[in-house]
Amino acid sequence: MTEKAMSFSTAWKSFYAKAGLPRIVIGVFFIFLNIVSIVIGISFGSLMTDVIIRALMNMILVLAMVPGIRSGIGLNFGLPLGILCGLLGGVISIELDFTGAMGFLMAILIAIPFAIIVGIAYGWLLNRVKGSEMMVATYVGFSAVSLMSIGWMLLPLNAPEMAWPMGMGVRTTISLEGRFNHILNDFWRFPTGDMDLSFGGFEIPTGLILFVSFMLFVMWVINRSKMGIAMKTVGANPKFATASGLNVNFYRMFGTVLSTVFGAIGILVYAQSFGFLQLYLAPMFMGFAAVAGVLIGGANVRDANISHVIIGTFLFQGLLVIALPVANNIMTLGSLAEITRLVVSNGIILYALTQVTGGD
Amino acid sequence: METANFVLQMKGIGKEYYGTRVLENININLAPGEIHAVLGENGAGKSTLMNILFGMSVIHSTGGFEGEVLINGESANIKSPVEAMEAGIGMVHQEFMLIPEYTITENIKLNREITKPNIFSRLISNKLETLDRIEMNKDAKKALKTLDLNIEEWIKIAGLPVGYMQFVEIAREIDKSNLKVLVFDEPTAVLTESEASNLLDAMRTISSKGIAILFITHRLDEVMEVADNMTVLRDGKLVGVRKKEETSIDELAEMMVGRKINKVEKGTNTIDESVYKLELKNFSVDMPGEKIKGMDLKVRKGEIIGIGGLAGQGKIGVANGVAGLYPSKGEVLIDGTPLPLNNPKESINRRIAFVSEDRRAVGLLLDIGIDMNIAVTAMQNKGGFLKHYGIFSQQDTKAIKEHAEKMRKELDIRCTGVDQPTRRLSGGNQQKVCIARALTLEPEILFVSEPTRGIDVGAKKLVLDTLVKLNQEKGMTIVMTSSELGELRSVCDRIAIINEGKLEGILSPDDSDKDYGLMMAGNYSKKANSGGEVE
Ligand SMILES: Nc1ncnc2c1ncn2[C@@H]1O[C@H](COP(=O)(O)OP(=O)(O)OP(=O)(O)O)[C@@H](O)[C@H]1O
Ligand SMILES: [Mg+2]
Repeated sequence: MTEKAMSFSTAWKSFYAKAGLPRIVIGVFFIFLNIVSIVIGISFGSLMTDVIIRALMNMILVLAMVPGIRSGIGLNFGLPLGILCGLLGGVISIELDFTGAMGFLMAILIAIPFAIIVGIAYGWLLNRVKGSEMMVATYVGFSAVSLMSIGWMLLPLNAPEMAWPMGMGVRTTISLEGRFNHILNDFWRFPTGDMDLSFGGFEIPTGLILFVSFMLFVMWVINRSKMGIAMKTVGANPKFATASGLNVNFYRMFGTVLSTVFGAIGILVYAQSFGFLQLYLAPMFMGFAAVAGVLIGGANVRDANISHVIIGTFLFQGLLVIALPVANNIMTLGSLAEITRLVVSNGIILYALTQVTGGD
Repeated sequence: METANFVLQMKGIGKEYYGTRVLENININLAPGEIHAVLGENGAGKSTLMNILFGMSVIHSTGGFEGEVLINGESANIKSPVEAMEAGIGMVHQEFMLIPEYTITENIKLNREITKPNIFSRLISNKLETLDRIEMNKDAKKALKTLDLNIEEWIKIAGLPVGYMQFVEIAREIDKSNLKVLVFDEPTAVLTESEASNLLDAMRTISSKGIAILFITHRLDEVMEVADNMTVLRDGKLVGVRKKEETSIDELAEMMVGRKINKVEKGTNTIDESVYKLELKNFSVDMPGEKIKGMDLKVRKGEIIGIGGLAGQGKIGVANGVAGLYPSKGEVLIDGTPLPLNNPKESINRRIAFVSEDRRAVGLLLDIGIDMNIAVTAMQNKGGFLKHYGIFSQQDTKAIKEHAEKMRKELDIRCTGVDQPTRRLSGGNQQKVCIARALTLEPEILFVSEPTRGIDVGAKKLVLDTLVKLNQEKGMTIVMTSSELGELRSVCDRIAIINEGKLEGILSPDDSDKDYGLMMAGNYSKKANSGGEVE
């Protein structure tokens, strides 16, 4: 082998070791889809915009996995708990007739106390079932969504866009039009209006980028704080943590609360981009997508950091966004494309879940 | 040399981990029934060499190895422990590989269960055969008996003292019928002297049956006692091969370290006779396998006190109880004021630091860097290594690194960098990280349990010298628990012997071997009561 080939092969080896096979395969597939989409004439600019928006609107939900994993409760399949708190915050904010940025902010501020209380109760429960957290969490998530379906029906709300025309309860989807629809996506969106075409439809959702970056930064700061390090220690080795004078149950609960709060904020960011609050059974499977995202990013049951979140969300959501129009173009039959999307999405989730063992 | 005479040959073995060379061109030949010792400093590559032989996955997931392994003269391509087992190689690991929730028999027979057919297995597959527990228990008993181990085979591993776990590992290996080569990776590091001599006897029995033994240890006297030949490694290279008759402990030590090793100098320390730094009154600790049942002990300020005794008698329980890790009762006074029990944080706040005997389970964060391992306890309890921004605090990465570098130098921690995860350190270097973490707490009382377990002659001297230095220069009171009497007698001012969960008596380092023997066996107080006097 020549010098050059040698250094290339070592460079490839170290890249391979760092990135890992799954990410390389998915990355290559992602690029392949991109090329196909250009070849079949889908506007590349707007496709990229979609990828960015879809990734960012999901990112905080994926970020919510990080404190759970670091504190040792594992993958937080109980994420729907946080999502329900977020939705509740959104509903109350609308009921109180807040609009625009204020509506979004109030939704978050109202959701957080709920999330903290729910997180404490949930953390207490998880401390009682050490060793089988993930199974319990999955059931807790499912039950909470089902129970809350009854709750939604009983909520005495008056705001016309939420209440059923007659009787009690909330509608299944609530439009955020005139409330906080696209409040982040449209903030300092660039370029706007007429300039659109000059970039081939490419736009930068500045507000969304700023907000998500801020949340990533908050998590980064937490991870490097005294409490964040204590949490990581507890997750890495509870016996070591005990011997170091740390209260293991407290920091596990701290991680659970953080995860729930980030889940609550995450769903509101998602909703403002999506344009609707989806209630009733919609939150049921959102935990799985978040779990898949963080695993694809390279996290495992015992270790997760912010780069895993960013890489994983872009790969997972990016793939879904591009697969849809490509499939649409290749198979004109409408339902076939939707089926392809479901196969890809659930396929990735399934693949990610087979990686759950992680660690050594 | 005729190949056929060797049951095992390793030829030109080399290994790199992540670009760092840890073994280079190693050759070892082993005749049937030979006991061959592999010696070397911590991190010399001994365990790595054995992992290669045993096909461990750490080797193959990190790019495999160079060279060739021959069994009975034929090239063996061993890629997994299962293949190694099939080829007749058994291994007793440095770190235990037992399943805590299983009984001794189940662990001994794991994956090699004896089964008898039943109706389902006849119909479907022999995977469904019933376990023949009676046969299995018989075999297990036999293996335990070879080792002179007096323990019931139906007991669960969890809760057994470490000394026993080691024997269970060995029993598991000698129970294999096609065994040709048995590897011991530091089998005696966790054993007391009497257990160790049992083991050496067992090794002789095993080798007399024609099984060859590869034996890793840091105890050179053991090597001289049982080994026929020895191979010495240093920094991954072969330094030399010796026959027992041609060498001496001193020569071997020098070959290992590359320089002469002096004895640990005890020196003089100042003990404040007037005050007690630590008092235990009717102190009980409920630590499985190492229970303490109401003992009294007074430790003077500035002394090094040793705690010795046979495995399972409770010596390990003392430090674990005071550190708050196992449920305790009774009274502990520090400087005359009571210490709240069962509260590790309180113990740390009262300036007690504890280096656990179980470094992998309690002492280390295996997937986290050396630097954070050393700093984290001090950070959480004393607020060190933090930068403050108003109400926020952030880790002071620079201070953590610098401190780790300092410790690396002081304790000679061999690593590729202070950010290396501790899982990738050799056993002895892991131990140094544990000690560094305790020292970072700047304790007034330092509890160290088995501080030199698994560390080489050079490092041992370094660790013991460090303890002596801390004691002399900083007046640190040190409570050292150890299974090695020789080590206790070389540095301690007094040695407390624990028997059946109680203090049997206190001896001075110069007391006779006979007194030590009597006391460890629990016959001292009996003798004293019938005539003599204690203290
Ligand atoms: N999994 C691993 N990844 C990377 N490096 C490793 C790994 N295991 C061991 N090493 C490195 O290989 C070298 C040899 O380690 P090894 O465990 O073989 O030493 P040893 O001779 O058994 O030491 P000890 O007496 O302390 O047990 C050390 O420098 C160690 O840091
Ligand atoms: Mg070793």
